[in-house]
Amino acid sequence: MDCIEQTSVEKDGYAVENLEPSPVQEEYAPVIFAQDTIAHVISVDVLSGKEDRENVLRARASGKGVLTAPFPLLKTGRLGVILTFAVYERDLPSNATSNERIQATDGYLGGVFDIESLVEKLLHQLASKQTILVNVYDTTNLSNPISMYGSDVSGDDLEHVSQLNFGDPFRRHEMRCRFKQKPPWPWLAITTAVGILVIALLIGHIFHATLNRIAKVEDDYHEMMELKKQAEAADIAKSQFLATVSHEIRTPMNGVLGMLDMLTDTHLDETQQDYVRTAQASGKALVSLINEVLDQAKIEAGKLELEAVTFDLRAILDDVLSLFSGKSQEKGVELAVYISERVPELVVGDPGRFRQIITNLMSNSIKFTERGHIFVTVHLVDEVRDSIDVETGLSSQNSLSGFPVADRRRSWGRFKTLSQDGLTSSLSLPSSNLVNLIVTVEDTGSGIPFEAQSRIFTPFMQVRPRNGSTGIGLSISKCLVGFMNGEIGFASLPKVGSTFTFTAVFSSVSLSANEVKNQQKSNQSSSASAEFQGMRALVVDPRQVRLKVAKYHIQRLGFNVEVAPDLNQSASIISARNPFIDVVLIEQEVWNKDLKASSLFANRLKNVDCGRPPKLFVLANSVNLGRYSALCTDDTPSIIMKPLRASMVAASLQRAMGVRNKGNFRNGVLANLPLQQLLRGKKFLVVDDNSTNLKVAAGALRKYGADVDCVDSGRKAIEKLKPPHIFDACFMDIQMPEMDGFEATRRIRDRENNINARIQNGEVSAEHYDDISNWHVLVLAMTADVIQATQEECIKCGMDGYVSKPFEAEQLYREVSRFFQASSYRNE
Amino acid sequence: MEVSEMQRQFVEYSQSLFREGYLDSQFTQLQQLQDESNPDFVMEVVTLFFEDSERLIRDLTCALDQQIVDFKTVDAHVHQLKGSSSSIGAQRVKNACVEFRNFCEEQNADACRACLQQVNQEYFLVKSKLQTLFTMEQQIVAAGGSIPIMD
Repeated sequence: MDCIEQTSVEKDGYAVENLEPSPVQEEYAPVIFAQDTIAHVISVDVLSGKEDRENVLRARASGKGVLTAPFPLLKTGRLGVILTFAVYERDLPSNATSNERIQATDGYLGGVFDIESLVEKLLHQLASKQTILVNVYDTTNLSNPISMYGSDVSGDDLEHVSQLNFGDPFRRHEMRCRFKQKPPWPWLAITTAVGILVIALLIGHIFHATLNRIAKVEDDYHEMMELKKQAEAADIAKSQFLATVSHEIRTPMNGVLGMLDMLTDTHLDETQQDYVRTAQASGKALVSLINEVLDQAKIEAGKLELEAVTFDLRAILDDVLSLFSGKSQEKGVELAVYISERVPELVVGDPGRFRQIITNLMSNSIKFTERGHIFVTVHLVDEVRDSIDVETGLSSQNSLSGFPVADRRRSWGRFKTLSQDGLTSSLSLPSSNLVNLIVTVEDTGSGIPFEAQSRIFTPFMQVRPRNGSTGIGLSISKCLVGFMNGEIGFASLPKVGSTFTFTAVFSSVSLSANEVKNQQKSNQSSSASAEFQGMRALVVDPRQVRLKVAKYHIQRLGFNVEVAPDLNQSASIISARNPFIDVVLIEQEVWNKDLKASSLFANRLKNVDCGRPPKLFVLANSVNLGRYSALCTDDTPSIIMKPLRASMVAASLQRAMGVRNKGNFRNGVLANLPLQQLLRGKKFLVVDDNSTNLKVAAGALRKYGADVDCVDSGRKAIEKLKPPHIFDACFMDIQMPEMDGFEATRRIRDRENNINARIQNGEVSAEHYDDISNWHVLVLAMTADVIQATQEECIKCGMDGYVSKPFEAEQLYREVSRFFQASSYRNE
Repeated sequence: MEVSEMQRQFVEYSQSLFREGYLDSQFTQLQQLQDESNPDFVMEVVTLFFEDSERLIRDLTCALDQQIVDFKTVDAHVHQLKGSSSSIGAQRVKNACVEFRNFCEEQNADACRACLQQVNQEYFLVKSKLQTLFTMEQQIVAAGGSIPIMD
């Protein structure tokens, strides 16, 4: 490029005056500017400039547009280029030669392009210098590019180079673009990337943690399985321990107590007897302590189970009464038991545990009561719920002994079974076979201090620590009550007394079982009431509660019972009654109140106009015997001791009244009805060389209704037992002179075997021997001590068993019942 | 004396006999065997006992007086006495017999004689007590009262 020439052309600015006529040349190309601003410049020879000339000529020859190099334009001074086209006379084919083109040229057409505005307009937004810088260069001369547009900014930055083609093949243009500003940090990308990284990390962490957790849980599980096995093993060990320990502890204890018992039977002086008694008391306390602790352990181990057997409630209460009667008489405390009629005779449950609960409550009462009474009642829950006050123990006038008591309703006030909700629950349905009982033990003792009341059922808690008690009794009772589906509660006022109440659910007895029991039962009760059935009794006592108890017990014996509050009323009742009263029972308090009146009353009884004057009895606590002062009459009443128990009352009544029994009874009730059933009507032979023993043994057997023969030597026994004979059994003393029991039995057996063999062979007919072909009379040894006759020896000589001498009822029953069935209806 | 007072005394006396160990529960059993059909049972048994015991004590004295004591015989007699006293509930006599037998086993003649003395003493004691008791009973019955029942 010829800069100098260019400059001169440009700088001159086409001032008209600077223009000179062009030299003579072969051709000229005068120009007419279309632009108004430079329209005044006319006839400038475009061919004058060297470069221009080249352009024009080239344009003419190629038929294409031709661009100049960029140069500052006229007037504006901005960079621009001229695009020149040749205009031909006629259309030329595209393959026309350059000569043809030259010949055909008619003129030229040129356009001026302002590069800047061109580029700007073309790259409208991009070239606005905001974000992208554009540089356009003319690069026809590579080593020396001419800048056509854009500021000269040296760029280290990225440049984007693109070629521009304005249509002129001769020239090359290029455009360079670059960002004006440095590219900003790609925040979004970074953030996203970081975010994704974080998320990935978190997920990884979660996975990791989860896997860890799973591993840990599995480990824990294995550990737990191990521990579970260990726990089960421990549980088994514990059960075995309990079983073993209870046996192992009890055995030597029983040995100790047994030996102490035997010791009391030997010759001991006072001091020794005292020691033995003390040791026995301690031993018994220890046994009960052990039992309590074992119970507690069993409960904790969940091993305590209740039995389900049929039992007689009244018998249990009688037993418990006997247990405490001695102690209560000693202390001067009146002991009474009342069981409502609506309570069934037999129920199904655990009698031992039931007894345990009652015994525990009563022993607590006895411990802490020095005066007044201990009153045990048993009712159906329904009775208590429905009535306003069942037992009028509310005010002191109405309690059993006159002493005030803690209100029993407060003791069961919070029981759920007794609340209104309980009413709707199934237990009260009459058709249900459950028996829901409520038992109350009321005493007039020293009561429980208020601060101790909340802790009373906790184990090992004692209100006043005493020797021989562990303090677990009540807590065990509570557990047992819980097992019986009941509740236990109490009300206690210090210096007044305590009333404990508990409920228990038993099943009623199913009929089939009942039939069997009924037989026995009816026998027993019939034996009790047979003598008294239909007889009339009158009980005199101003205290309602005590009266009710007495009436209950007398009624059990079969009497029809009337009541009267004092002597005057009873006198009128007796004289008014037809049929007449047979027995009058007067509470001691009444009798002692006015002795003169009492004796008058007794006299009047004697003179009552009827077949048999009523017999008079006084119901007394033994302590009060001392106050039994003189009367001025002969016909003084007999005393019946309290606590009232059916058996004792019956015995007393029988003694006094001389009741003749039907059947083979002698002294009726007493302790052993089963023995009576067993022995009644049987024929026994008693063999003893000692006449005293003989008489006593015979008397005892006769008491149970047996028919007894006595002999005093072995020889005579052999004679008596020669078949055929009608003896059911023989009680044989061992030590006898001449021939002892073993020898006698041996001979009897030999003879029997002989006869049996002969009958079998047919040598002799059985008819000869009462049609019995297998003779074996029952022989029981009577031994004074076990060493004398061991079981082995007895069996060796042919005996069937042994009983002790003198007879002990339970052992007698045990032995004899092995061989005899209870024959209730067998006739003599 | 009034019947009630007699009864009271009777009860006290009975109780004392039991308390002091002269009689035990076997005696009570005997009393229970007595009833309307057998009104003198206890009396009869006790009388028999008295006869037996006195005979045995005589025999024992005789046997122990011998130069050479036949311990077997002695033991047999003591055994008899122990049995009958046990049957009627004469506890102290029975205990004395037990001791006696121990010495018999040891064949200790002097100790046996001492025991015999003891037995004799106990026997007469219980005899007199029982007789007193019976007298009291008879008095009560004669006065029209009835015998209180012991538990």
